[in-house]
Amino acid sequence: MLEALQYEFMRNALAAAVLASVICGIMGTIVVSKKLVSMAGGVAHAAYGGIGMALYLGFSPQLGAIGFALASSLFMAWTTLRMASRADTVISIIWAVGMATGVIFSDLTPGYGADLMSYLFGSILMVAKEDILYMAILSLALCAFVPLFYGHLLAYSYDEDYARTRGVPVDVLHFTVIVLVSFSVVLTIRIVGLILVIALLSIPPYIAEKFCRSLAGMMATSFLLSMFFSVSGLAAAYTFDLTSGAAIIIIAAIGYLAAEVYLKFRKKPKGA
Amino acid sequence: MTGPQDIYFEDVWFSYNGTFVLRQASFSVPTKEFLVIIGPNGGGKTTLLKLMLGLCSPQRGKIILFGEYTPREASHLLGYVPQNTNINLDFPVRVIDVVLMGRLRGLKFLYTKEDRRAAEEALEIMGMDKYANAKMRELSQGQRQRVLIARALVSQPRILLLDEPTASVDVEAQRILYDRLRELNEKITIVLVSHDMTVISSYATAVACINGTVYYHGSKEITSEMLQMAYGSCPVELVAHGIPHRVLAKHDGDRDA
Ligand SMILES: Nc1ncnc2c1ncn2[C@@H]1O[C@H](COP(=O)(O)OP(=O)(O)OP(=O)(O)O)[C@@H](O)[C@H]1O
Ligand SMILES: [Mg+2]
Repeated sequence: MLEALQYEFMRNALAAAVLASVICGIMGTIVVSKKLVSMAGGVAHAAYGGIGMALYLGFSPQLGAIGFALASSLFMAWTTLRMASRADTVISIIWAVGMATGVIFSDLTPGYGADLMSYLFGSILMVAKEDILYMAILSLALCAFVPLFYGHLLAYSYDEDYARTRGVPVDVLHFTVIVLVSFSVVLTIRIVGLILVIALLSIPPYIAEKFCRSLAGMMATSFLLSMFFSVSGLAAAYTFDLTSGAAIIIIAAIGYLAAEVYLKFRKKPKGA
Repeated sequence: MTGPQDIYFEDVWFSYNGTFVLRQASFSVPTKEFLVIIGPNGGGKTTLLKLMLGLCSPQRGKIILFGEYTPREASHLLGYVPQNTNINLDFPVRVIDVVLMGRLRGLKFLYTKEDRRAAEEALEIMGMDKYANAKMRELSQGQRQRVLIARALVSQPRILLLDEPTASVDVEAQRILYDRLRELNEKITIVLVSHDMTVISSYATAVACINGTVYYHGSKEITSEMLQMAYGSCPVELVAHGIPHRVLAKHDGDRDA
């Protein structure tokens, strides 16, 4: 297994897995505890439209993805602030329209079918140097942003009304979080693909939530879990020649089941 | 510099979506008032507090706090105990972290030692210091309410707004809370939503009945007309709950419901 590390693509894949885990650990925790999972899904699928358009017009797919992701997420943020009760409808519309746009552009762009497929399921083994650079920048930004605004983030996620009364700029924070979610989603698409990105963002924090007493603990635990899932998924993909993104998610799902089973059997009354 | 009136409402109208739930509210609350707000379910009590806190903005009229600020500008001078203790129960948050939120400010990073000490002290006052590291969802409803009261106390407010803070706490916690409120009331203004009529006779300096609009009475005398307007029925059970008859004064009926 270790001999795989002599290949540069394998070392890059490992670096990408670690960085993606930092991003998913931190942003996934916020997404899950703030109940933005379906919005993250909407962003991922809107990004697909941008990738299709970029391939058709011949510019960088990453650029297309981030453009569509930002536009759609800001629109969703705006609608959720104004009419929270209709948010899920708006999100599913954006979800479907993004997908449809991508498919139509791929119809118009013969010969790129395989490229678009790689965005659906991810290709951590083909991750480029600049992707790693972008992920490193985002990870660093998150590691600076979160501790500095921890109290604000906590109040915003836990009790928005109370946060407002303390003068926390909830709307600014909301938009910032949404922009960060967009970047996280677009960069994670490289690793596991857009179909599975929501799983990687939500499964580790969802497991961590059951064991942690604080948001910070949940972030750290999700980071460790998601690193474990992606590295072992990568190993499985390499060994058995599987699609890496799918392997990572299956392992994460097994981890989730294991956590549930563990909690079931642990719940015996203590002491007498 | 503080004006003589901590809270000033001038012809305030508010609706969530179309129909006004608060009409024509005009009143002012002087500094160090102990105002008790009563009224039926859906009467607009919570809405009135949210207007004072700047969480809702009126469609018409104006609200001025401390003689010169809008509610949003002054919100850090207000302490708030929300009515709902069951928000976000799945959320991984410890009791001490919830209380620390009371020390949060718009552009303040990281809590100081002083903040932590104050938070622990507030928990101790409410008898919840043993639970500082418990998760919120591991507490009972009444215990959660005690934590939210501690959070409001720790913010050192100039006006303390409490929305039915004793709805699910026991007699002991009520006594702690009311003693504390009386003590605080020597320096700050208290606005308390309560269905508990005995509170009025022993603590209130003013009473407001809210039922779509605000009937403000600058003394703690509740008249039977007020109760009639507020609750729309004869409050026999209120009298039975031990309000002294002198509190239920005769009223000269200035306004109809
Ligand atoms: N977020 C909201 N959106 C729309 N209508 C609302 C909202 N919150 C309250 N209302 C309506 O406003 C009116 C006043 O509600 P409010 O919560 O202020 O009543 P309350 O006096 O606090 O009642 P309770 O004694 O039950 O706490 C009610 O008719 C309610 O239906
Ligand atoms: Mg209410």
